Amino acid sequence: MSDAETYVTADGRTIGPPIMEMRDITLKFGGVTAISNISFDIREGEIRAIIGPNGAGKSSMLNVINGFYHPQEGEIWFRGKKRKPMKPYQIAQQGIARTFQNIALFKGMSTLDNIMTGRFTHMKTNIFWQALWKGPAEREEVENREIVEKVIDFLEIQAIRKTPVGALPYGLQKRVELGRALAAQPKLLLLDEPMAGMNVEEKEDMSRFILDVNDEFGTTIALIEHDMGVVMDISDRVVVLDYGKKIGDGTPDEVINNQDVIDAYLGVSHD
Amino acid sequence: MTLTKVLPDGLDTFPKLLARNAVQWANLPAYREKEYGIWQSWTWSQVSEEVNALAMGYVALGLNEGDHVAIIGRNRPYLYWAMLAAQAAGAIPVPLYQDANAEEMAYVLEHSGARFVIAEDQEQVDKVLEIKDQTPAVEQIIYFDKRGMRKYDHTNLNAYADVQAEGRAGHSRLEPVLTERQAKQDENSTCVMLYTSGTTGKPKGVVLSNTNIIASSISSSEFDTLTTNDSVLAYLPMAWVGDFIFSIGQSCWTGFCVACPESPETMQADLREIGPSYFFAPPRFFEGLLTTVMIRIEDASKMKRWLFHKYMDHAKRVGPDLLDGKPVSFGDRLKYRIGDLLIYGPLKNTLGLSKVRVGYTAGEAIGPEIFEFYRALGINLKQLYGQTEASVFITQQPDGEVRADTVGVPSPGVEIRIADNGEVLYRSLGTFVEYYKNPKSTAETKDAEGWVATGDAGFIEESSGHLRIIDRAKDVGKMADGSMFAPKFVENKLKFYPNILEAVVFGDGRDNCTAFINIDLGAVGNWAERNNVAYTSYQDLAAHPEVYGAIQAHIEEVNTSVAKDSMLSGCQISRFLVLHKELDADDGEMTRTRKVRRKVVGEKYADLIGALYDGSSKIATETEVTYEDGRKGFIKATLELRDVKMVAA
Repeated sequence: MSDAETYVTADGRTIGPPIMEMRDITLKFGGVTAISNISFDIREGEIRAIIGPNGAGKSSMLNVINGFYHPQEGEIWFRGKKRKPMKPYQIAQQGIARTFQNIALFKGMSTLDNIMTGRFTHMKTNIFWQALWKGPAEREEVENREIVEKVIDFLEIQAIRKTPVGALPYGLQKRVELGRALAAQPKLLLLDEPMAGMNVEEKEDMSRFILDVNDEFGTTIALIEHDMGVVMDISDRVVVLDYGKKIGDGTPDEVINNQDVIDAYLGVSHD
Repeated sequence: MTLTKVLPDGLDTFPKLLARNAVQWANLPAYREKEYGIWQSWTWSQVSEEVNALAMGYVALGLNEGDHVAIIGRNRPYLYWAMLAAQAAGAIPVPLYQDANAEEMAYVLEHSGARFVIAEDQEQVDKVLEIKDQTPAVEQIIYFDKRGMRKYDHTNLNAYADVQAEGRAGHSRLEPVLTERQAKQDENSTCVMLYTSGTTGKPKGVVLSNTNIIASSISSSEFDTLTTNDSVLAYLPMAWVGDFIFSIGQSCWTGFCVACPESPETMQADLREIGPSYFFAPPRFFEGLLTTVMIRIEDASKMKRWLFHKYMDHAKRVGPDLLDGKPVSFGDRLKYRIGDLLIYGPLKNTLGLSKVRVGYTAGEAIGPEIFEFYRALGINLKQLYGQTEASVFITQQPDGEVRADTVGVPSPGVEIRIADNGEVLYRSLGTFVEYYKNPKSTAETKDAEGWVATGDAGFIEESSGHLRIIDRAKDVGKMADGSMFAPKFVENKLKFYPNILEAVVFGDGRDNCTAFINIDLGAVGNWAERNNVAYTSYQDLAAHPEVYGAIQAHIEEVNTSVAKDSMLSGCQISRFLVLHKELDADDGEMTRTRKVRRKVVGEKYADLIGALYDGSSKIATETEVTYEDGRKGFIKATLELRDVKMVAA
């Protein structure tokens, strides 16, 4: 990786300056320190993986990024500004969207309606117009529906447009969840174990979609993933956590040869 | 056969037909496609503009007269236009099967010498690039869907929209070229080249002239009185002659609208939304649909189930007669009307077949029960018999003379004759010109007087004048005792059971017949679910003793029915096994149109056939399988072989 502000990857994508910086983040739950003094950045246009063994603090980190947890110490800089403690919906408005480790969709609603909820932050008309339906509300619905339909087309889920998501297989539900995050047209997309519980074919499909999202829309992606093969294949840079500490940061090649990382994964005694 | 002028003046090529339509039906819809959840339509005048822009773009890219233009992708208006544009630019379209693997594609591209390839998306472009070394003639690739294509080297790669833009920009320079090229075309020019699916050996390029396609389209449109008000859903492979006749030939002639589904998976939903009036599907489609209906009825509440069976029984009794206009008593008519209100109407609506005025099935024999089911519902389903070499139509069933066991009377303008060896021969305006670069095969198939051998054995029923097909002529053999062996006859009877997806019968030159069976995972899986039978995979379910028992019962029933046929009673099945994998086109065991390649199966599973005849009760085997992406693997299995009761003739 080059230190220059902007560089071009081997496959022709442009990686910009950092869009988000985590500076000395510490997060505690009572006496338990989940994250201790961690700093790293996410550059514009890159695919950034966060990996680590169980309980390393990966999901906590993601929850800090999207404002669900407020760290006791440290600063978060997003697009050149220091971020004040915010509510998750305010962060969503800033252009950060995410998916969840355990699927969090509205099971009784159709795929289309679920993805439509991703447009929530972009809807401006008030309840009066919505109830009246005609006029601005209708116009807005059509505009947003168009964006949602493009997402459906992109993810190739036209056939399940009207199917209640509760009736879908797991792999497809994951795809719908990605669709909902994409519908928000985020600047930064956070994916919490997008491939957990999938078979090889589903993983390949999902990897393809993640790469395509990054490539087509230039979306910056930060993802947590357990499958090392996938992480090494698709990410530009990897940060490795273990017991709430950062033990490695760099390109997949650098990380895979890092002794601390090898120890953390293969297991050595901590004295 | 010498060709005198047979087509109407000024309407003897597709560019001329398109020009006529753009004026005559300027504002009528010509093509539709669902995109982003909405049906988009193009009128004939818009289509004409799009086609001409693309044709000019082709010329700007260097397409020559007489070139072959390969087209690969699923049914989309843009790809139909790509074919029409090739004709408009004086070239010949060659549609390919979109699910063909790289090797099959390489053969067709190499054989046709196509310089231009129109690919739908990245997936197809990748396949073409993969075989670049074997197909040096390919110069330009044009792709429609831009997704994922940004980083490719675009030296010889062009986006469809860019080619059109170039064509439009160079309008004043390029249009005279098109006019000049089109002026040279007439009814004898080649219209299209289609590759046969090839149950034996390599595919053959069937050259069809404008006369072939347009004359067939005219006579078949008249036969079923098709008009601009009709509509079709184009979902069958574009490389198949039927799709070319329906979606381009008949559509351009009668001006009806061709709708393309949003994606292959949404076909059923799109069918329902479009509600076509003219519908074609292979027997497999109707079988699959019926299986789904029956599965859902099994899962329905008691009341619904009772209602369904009560009224379906009635429909089966009087429905076909009503459809044929035969006399039916007032009480039965009334009951049918009530059934229509409660069951038939809603069911047809769900299936998307409410508006079907003319429905055809062809390609394989259809089970009488399946056929009767749809006719009982009031859907005018008929059979036709045809092949690529005939521009589809050889025989078809007229309204009122529809039966499950015949393929109908000769289509208008078709002459039929049975050769001494029982093979069906025909001659018509649709008869193909030649096999491309293959005079030997052409001579073997078509004689000097224009009679074409179909390769099917059949006879004309004296009482009705209808043609009946027995089997592929080359598959018909003799058993050791000299009696007739017609595998397809038995296989079709087996395949009529929902549990059996595919069957392959052996017995040529032997004492008795044996069979391989493929179970239908949908039907058998549903049965397993309802009966608490646990299974892990296709292989596991196929080997289940109860499944074997059910299949054995089916075969015994078939034996009883075969025994009644004096000519073919020797074809009863003595032993069978259920295969551990589905026969698959990717493994070369079937053609892309899903017809079994008997020889390949026979060679690949020689050990299993051996076991069927040596009396052993079990056999361990290992089979190579090819995955969709071309990787190979092995599956191992121990298969059970079972004896079946036979009936004395």
